[in-house]
Amino acid sequence: MTLLSIEGLGICFGGIKAVHDVSFAASPGEVVSVIGPNGAGKTTLFNMISGVYRPGSGRVVLNGEDVTAMSPHLLARRGMCRTFQNLQVFQTMTVLENVIAGFHLQESGDVLSDLLNLPAARRRAKDAEAGARELLRRLGLERAAEREAGSLSYGSLKRLEIARAMALKPKVLLLDEPAAGCNAVETEEIDHLIAEIAASGVAVLLVEHDMKLVMRISSHIVVLDHGEKVAEGDPATVSRNPAVIAAYLGADDAAR
Amino acid sequence: MSELLQFLLSGVTVGAVYALVALGFTMIYNASDVVNFAQGEFVMLGGMITVFAHAAGAPLPLAALTAVVATAALGVAMNKLAIEPARGAPVVSLVIITIGASIFIRGAAQLIFGKQIHRFPAFSGEDPIRILGATILPQSLWVIGGAVVIFVGLWLFFTRTLLGRAVLATSNNRLAAQLVGINTPFVMTLSFAMSAGIGALAGVLVTPITLTAYDVGLAFALKGFAAAMLGGMGNPKGALAGGLIVGVLEAMTAGYLSSQYKDAAAFIIIFAVLFFRPQGLFGRQSTDRV
Repeated sequence: MTLLSIEGLGICFGGIKAVHDVSFAASPGEVVSVIGPNGAGKTTLFNMISGVYRPGSGRVVLNGEDVTAMSPHLLARRGMCRTFQNLQVFQTMTVLENVIAGFHLQESGDVLSDLLNLPAARRRAKDAEAGARELLRRLGLERAAEREAGSLSYGSLKRLEIARAMALKPKVLLLDEPAAGCNAVETEEIDHLIAEIAASGVAVLLVEHDMKLVMRISSHIVVLDHGEKVAEGDPATVSRNPAVIAAYLGADDAAR
Repeated sequence: MSELLQFLLSGVTVGAVYALVALGFTMIYNASDVVNFAQGEFVMLGGMITVFAHAAGAPLPLAALTAVVATAALGVAMNKLAIEPARGAPVVSLVIITIGASIFIRGAAQLIFGKQIHRFPAFSGEDPIRILGATILPQSLWVIGGAVVIFVGLWLFFTRTLLGRAVLATSNNRLAAQLVGINTPFVMTLSFAMSAGIGALAGVLVTPITLTAYDVGLAFALKGFAAAMLGGMGNPKGALAGGLIVGVLEAMTAGYLSSQYKDAAAFIIIFAVLFFRPQGLFGRQSTDRV
């Protein structure tokens, strides 16, 4: 069953085709990785899928609904969430508050009961906090819960962003370089985490430079070069594909 | 002693108005990084529309409500017609757009309301109340009380309600706010409506004391801007403290030096803040992650 399908997406920046005619699909429980050399258009592709850029051509279909160029807040409500390579967290809020913000989407608070601090409002706040603490525990951030997000290390901020995205209970999760800037142990933790998220029935889209991570956890790999899809398939097929080796892995990796 | 108290009382009264104007600056700044120089015109419109609604036969409370709602609607219109179409433009361009909007509103007000000075009666009479040898107008108590109600109300709104927190989240990081499902264009519209409404309310409260004319907005904008800068642009607590300090300093200058120098107080504050503490009293030093 296809949950997300990308149909011929393309965009030009001032005459340069940053991404051209890229199609692929993702089903629940799958980890689909988008790989390619620097400047291949991976993040641009993510930005089009997640509504940050308006695609020049093509469609994004989520759960049978055309969501092309829909703004990120509407996509979030339809179950598509993402993280950013350059981190988008609420810097001056605490770690806990960042994750609680993710829970608010499921709340149906009304202004009056919130203002009067009625039991219903207090219960909602308590549920959100408990859920947020549970997510922080899963991501190994529970001891940083009360710290200001801006004071966290880069690797911890990456995990915080994932925690916040998971608070939204996504159906499709786009992760832009979740392991960048993480050490070997942290990378392995993220590896387990992604597998766990996928196992819970979420379709995970991944842009990642750590090839070992990609090969280990992906069920499907899409290879971009100069904005075009040059290959796709399971990890074994892709890593044997001569076009991929030439474009991406390079002579050194091919010899290894 | 009673002289000092007298200056203090009039300073706090006018300071409460500046605090409300500064609060308007703060709300729009938080939602959009724009310093809205049309903020003073909202104060003028609040007073002006009340005058004319009252003259047309509406009872004072209804006239005041009309003024606040109409001005809030104008704030929304300004966002939709002037700011939103220019989205993506540099902040400086947006600030210049707000200056243009303020000139436009002032010009239109001159055509519609005329150049005369207008007033309407104070809410609870004009008999001064004596406190320890100083006097205070009942209307001043309305001004101070109104400011307190607005500040407490907003504090509850921002700390307790989902919508209030959505506004805070948007000011913290707009893209991150969108990612957690917050409708940021709506937050922008709401911020303009609220800050225009608050400006208008300040105008309604203060007009029986200061009277109003089509061109009073500029002075309110400058003093409110000084107050917001002093407190730290974007910080509601700073807006309150900044407003009161500017108001009291102005009253002291007028009382002990000369009333001709009273407007200079605000400008000296702007200079001093820019020289010594650009982030303001409550502002944070901005740092970038490398």
